[in-house]
Amino acid sequence: MDTGTVLRNLLTLAWLLPLAGFVAEIYALQLRWSHRLSKAPAQLAVACIGAGFLCSLSALLYWGSQTGWAGFSPADHGHHASEEHHGDEHADEEMPPADALHPSAPEAGEHAAEGESHGHTPAHAPKFYAGTFYKLATFGPLEITLDWYIDSLTLVMFTMVTFIATCIHLFAMGYMKDELTEEYEDHEVHLPGGHHFTRPGRFHRFFAFLSLFCFAMLGLVLAGNIFQVFIFWELVGVCSFLLIGFYVERHSASTAANKAFIMNRVGDFGFLIGLMILITSLGTFRFFDVTEDHVEKTGLFSLVRGNDGKLDVSDDKSVVQSVVYLRDSQGHRLVDGTTPRSISYLLLIAAGLGVFAGSIGKSAQFPLQTWLPDAMEGPTPVSALVHSATMVAAGVYLAGRFYPMFPPEVLLGIAYIGCITLFVAATIAVVATDIKKVLAYSTISQLGYMMLGIGVGGWAAGLFHLVTHAFFKSLMFLCSGSVIAGCHHVQDMRQMGGLRHKMPLTAYTMLVGVIAIAGLAIPGVGNALFGQALAFSGFHSKDAIVASALAFTELNSNQLHRLLFVVPLVTAGITAFYMFRLWFMTFAGQPRDEHVYEHAHENPAIMTLPLVVLSLLAAGCALGGEQGWLYSLLSYSETVPAVERLASERVASIVLPSHHDVHDVHGMAGGLALFAAFAGTATAYLLYCRKVVDPDDIRRQAGGVYDFLVDKWRFDTLYDVAFVRPCLVIGSWCQGFDQKVLDVVLHASAAITVVVSKWERTFDEGMIDGLVNLVGNSTTNFGRSLRVVQTGRLRQYVMWIAVGVVVLFAALFTALPK
Amino acid sequence: MEPVGLNAYLFVGAVLFVCGIVCMAIKRNGIGVLMGVELVLNGANLNFVAFARYTPLGLDGQVIALFVIVLAAAEAAVALAIALNFYNNHLSIDVDRGSELQG
Repeated sequence: MDTGTVLRNLLTLAWLLPLAGFVAEIYALQLRWSHRLSKAPAQLAVACIGAGFLCSLSALLYWGSQTGWAGFSPADHGHHASEEHHGDEHADEEMPPADALHPSAPEAGEHAAEGESHGHTPAHAPKFYAGTFYKLATFGPLEITLDWYIDSLTLVMFTMVTFIATCIHLFAMGYMKDELTEEYEDHEVHLPGGHHFTRPGRFHRFFAFLSLFCFAMLGLVLAGNIFQVFIFWELVGVCSFLLIGFYVERHSASTAANKAFIMNRVGDFGFLIGLMILITSLGTFRFFDVTEDHVEKTGLFSLVRGNDGKLDVSDDKSVVQSVVYLRDSQGHRLVDGTTPRSISYLLLIAAGLGVFAGSIGKSAQFPLQTWLPDAMEGPTPVSALVHSATMVAAGVYLAGRFYPMFPPEVLLGIAYIGCITLFVAATIAVVATDIKKVLAYSTISQLGYMMLGIGVGGWAAGLFHLVTHAFFKSLMFLCSGSVIAGCHHVQDMRQMGGLRHKMPLTAYTMLVGVIAIAGLAIPGVGNALFGQALAFSGFHSKDAIVASALAFTELNSNQLHRLLFVVPLVTAGITAFYMFRLWFMTFAGQPRDEHVYEHAHENPAIMTLPLVVLSLLAAGCALGGEQGWLYSLLSYSETVPAVERLASERVASIVLPSHHDVHDVHGMAGGLALFAAFAGTATAYLLYCRKVVDPDDIRRQAGGVYDFLVDKWRFDTLYDVAFVRPCLVIGSWCQGFDQKVLDVVLHASAAITVVVSKWERTFDEGMIDGLVNLVGNSTTNFGRSLRVVQTGRLRQYVMWIAVGVVVLFAALFTALPK
Repeated sequence: MEPVGLNAYLFVGAVLFVCGIVCMAIKRNGIGVLMGVELVLNGANLNFVAFARYTPLGLDGQVIALFVIVLAAAEAAVALAIALNFYNNHLSIDVDRGSELQG
């Protein structure tokens, strides 16, 4: 078996196992495989996802061994890029090596060390493996297929998702044990008469939904065409709906589930528009090229980016007239008869923005970010899964996977959306007091960083942050879950404090996560192993994004673009501030609520073990920074390699930085970000630990700003006024119209029908029935009149016979001619 | 002596037929009625045989006559059975009393 088949089989197994688990778990009770008090469904779920993790990990290692560890090599990525990415992101097994196609790479002169790098990586190692599972349907030229597409991004995502999901499943076995009962009393649901709502426990159902969630997310990552991505995209949305609304009897939970689903629908509408533009203009959903019956069907990436990663834009000065020529995998323009096939540049922008609208919804970016904090209504393991590895990661993953389809203008839009989001969310997190809400806003903020990274051309940086963030955010969510479980479902940080004495394991694993997200580092001790500085994972990835942003702003003369660097820099400080605020308020200082403190306790090993494992990865997964294996692995499959500056003058003047540009400013950006992080940390320490200034005083001083932030920048109010209320008003109008006009018309027509029917009944009974009865009666009367002939007297009959014969003869002889 | 012609046979047949009809019409005794029926049938039979002899009808007429004889025998058997049952029920075979089947 070749490498592609092995990888496909391993990942397909990892993908389908959770589905099998879901089916078994959801029917466990109905088919009497299990009973309500049994932990078997959870064990099955853990087994499925754990086996999936082993499959994914072995796939990752197998891929490494087959490609000569090319992606893992801790090479300077500048060289790395010039060697590996200058050509063919679509190298396939049948195709000649990338170098043969592009003997003179245009960017060769930029990198002095290019010559050396030829030695250590095999240039012919395929960047990805892809193929088709199954053809669902063919509508003319449109094929709906189930494809698979495996590159190092897919492998890293698979390993990351399955690993984190395994940890979360294990944690949930402990966290959800309250549900292992026939009568679960929900203390949040108040029934009239002072009672609480009681229902049977839903332990097995929770794990079934978790399994389905993992299946959907893995399917999304494995998908080889954008339509398939959309299918699993929606499945992820449904699963999040089910899990956020797990406590469906709570009004807040069902509302939050609805809100998440509906706001995602808004984004998905844009996604659908993007899909329609793509299918009408490009005629395919596939990412990759396939050859069927010696006819090459070019995939999306080749069509738009050819084989050199560049858009082939026509020379028209006007934006409206300029088009992007479609090319095949060899880089030749495709022709339709004699005219070259092309797509309008504006349409390509529209398609890109449409697909990105889907990401905005899923990844809770501005302006659709308000659903995510509400999604905290779900059980904490769900929050951890939604916020790290699955739901919100899907949006960033899509933006990363679809990166080749985005023209620079769309990327600029992505960057600004990310920039706004990360700032807005971070400021709200500063004033949030619910421990989970702080984490929720920090998630939004970090997602903004990822989008910003992708938008300013730092593709690998954005996805690097996605992976590191997944580890430390799932860690922190599980820690917060541990705190909540340990404090008997108290979530308000103002009732906590000093908890590190009661739950040390939770506190110190949480501290690892906090340091990671804050991006603290010890500068100056960098070496080959640790990378630039001794730091946890978050420092490296955030550093990479900030460096990309700085390189971007330096290349673009437009002063407004300075914001793209300054805002994330400031926000890095804010991030450190609110994360340490959370830690100090929760774990340090004196207990604020004696009652809560008295009853707080550390959780059993099944809940703390995942914390320890995750904290190790949160600390060390990005070991080596941008020279480390993770970043190298991700950038190995960078589909549009940033080996040279990409400039665009169409709508806005944009220059995307190259790896080299980013590398030049790396030290400065990293230093500034580190300074901001330390400043934030110090502020938090002074305010919440040393209490140099009472935070309440500041709150009173800046009352207006504080209220504005507590109200979440009044987005909910705005949407309420702008969308919800008008909807309700229009709804009540419609109801009025319904009742006053439509109902009246309906009732009148009903009355008329009754009257007409009465007339018709009279006619029926009088005329039709009369006619029929008349025929019947006359027949009866005629028959009765014939009765008298039958006298029953034999001799009379004989007489009639005789007379009849005589009459017949008489008639014969008189009437008939002789 | 002039040979006997068809008309003579037809005359005798007609006399027999009329006798039979009259017998059926005036007899109140069921047996008498049956005898009238026999006369009618034999009158008709005579005609068939005569036609067979004097016209191109040929053997067909004689065959039909034989059928009629067989039919008459069967009819007589059935009719006598009816007559016996009638007697059992009414202690009489007066056909005028058998008028239960009137309309």
